Amino acid sequence: MTALRSRSRGRQEADAVSGEVVTRFDRAERWLHWANATLVLTLIATGSIMYVDPLTALVGRRVLVNTIHLYAGIALPVPFMVVLVGRWNRGLRRDARRLGRFSPDDWRWLRKRSRATGSLRVGKFNAGQKVNAILVAGSLPVMLATGSLMKWHDPFSDSWRTGATFVHDLGYVGLFLLVVGHIRKALQDPVSMGAMRRGTPVSLRWAEAHHRGWHDEVVPTDDPPDGSDVG
Amino acid sequence: MGRRAILGMLGLGAAGIVVGSKVQRVIAAVLEPITSRDPTGLTNLIPGADRFRIYTVTGSLPNRSRAAWRLSVGGLVDRPQTFRFADLLDLPSTSLTVDFQCVTGWRVHDVEWKGVKLADLLDHVGVRDGATHLRFTSFDGVYTETLSLAQARRDDVLVAYEMLGKPVTHQHGGPVRMYVAPMYGYKSTKWLSGIEVMDHLDPGYWEHRGYDVDGWVGRSNGRDDPPIAGA
Repeated sequence: MTALRSRSRGRQEADAVSGEVVTRFDRAERWLHWANATLVLTLIATGSIMYVDPLTALVGRRVLVNTIHLYAGIALPVPFMVVLVGRWNRGLRRDARRLGRFSPDDWRWLRKRSRATGSLRVGKFNAGQKVNAILVAGSLPVMLATGSLMKWHDPFSDSWRTGATFVHDLGYVGLFLLVVGHIRKALQDPVSMGAMRRGTPVSLRWAEAHHRGWHDEVVPTDDPPDGSDVG
Repeated sequence: MGRRAILGMLGLGAAGIVVGSKVQRVIAAVLEPITSRDPTGLTNLIPGADRFRIYTVTGSLPNRSRAAWRLSVGGLVDRPQTFRFADLLDLPSTSLTVDFQCVTGWRVHDVEWKGVKLADLLDHVGVRDGATHLRFTSFDGVYTETLSLAQARRDDVLVAYEMLGKPVTHQHGGPVRMYVAPMYGYKSTKWLSGIEVMDHLDPGYWEHRGYDVDGWVGRSNGRDDPPIAGA
């Protein structure tokens, strides 16, 4: 983590410190986020039109809506495959590992009523962001599998098709709530939002205030490392 | 942690495909007292609730009052006639309580239908020798469907104007729609406006898009749903 070289502005790898700022999300991460967001929002919009009666009544055009939904669904794995190619995904891989690891303070964070006291050591991502990422990452393959089963249903028994429809419906409601919650949180957090939208580096002071574990990780200090972000 | 959670979700998704149809039946039974009394229809959005999904192939939901509605019955008949709504009420009425099964998997249990048996309507206009098939048209301007004459004369094939004890709403294909009980939903033309008696088969809207012409529940389109009661 120490030898991150600074290159031209905006092309920095995630976690690169330059002066008083640090890059939160790099190109690969932002590209994956927005490519995936475009597809997921398209899927939620077209899915809603097919699932919520008043919207169905308003828009109609079932064949067209269904076709858009189908192609957006098939395209879902593509952004993930694209970021696997090459070396631009190092920051992304590092963040994926971070999202999957829960420190003792993360569990405390999830249980705690007030998280604003700052007594907990939050890493690059807080526990809520981790839970959101895991739930999205787990539900997208399930949606892809159940959607495929509904589309290419011939080899499967009727009971499985009904089951797949049921799981797909559940996943729709869950993902809808997750995405709405995610967007709401993002709108309340303009610094993170800028970091994801334009790649704007965040100030080290902001990092220390909101993600102290991350700050200490990217800015080597004299204190002995306590490793609390690798639970 | 993250990897285990994601694998767990994939496992749940797979389990849901296998047992989902049973779980759904339980949920539907539990929710039924609520959904049947909920005027907002919001509880219908709970996955698992027995619910109709509104399919329309055109841009807007067709809407026509009972007063403005007409049904033209022609082709190979002795007395071509344009029926008004009141003309239908002059014919003997028949009631059925059966499940509604969509080819894509959802099923609504115990739906009560009331209308005129298509066989009675055909007798009223008199079918000529040489007739083999019927072609149904919708006032959405696009949808078409077919039945063989033998299928059309079954006792469980209705020109329906009441559903669940109330007039068929325009969402569900009102004021008058077909209800072909033993077949998948796409065989039951909504927003019915025309019946033509013909001497050949002219495949309908979904049949041009790959669905079986003989859409028996449980015996077509690669499905094996339990047959509709009484069919």
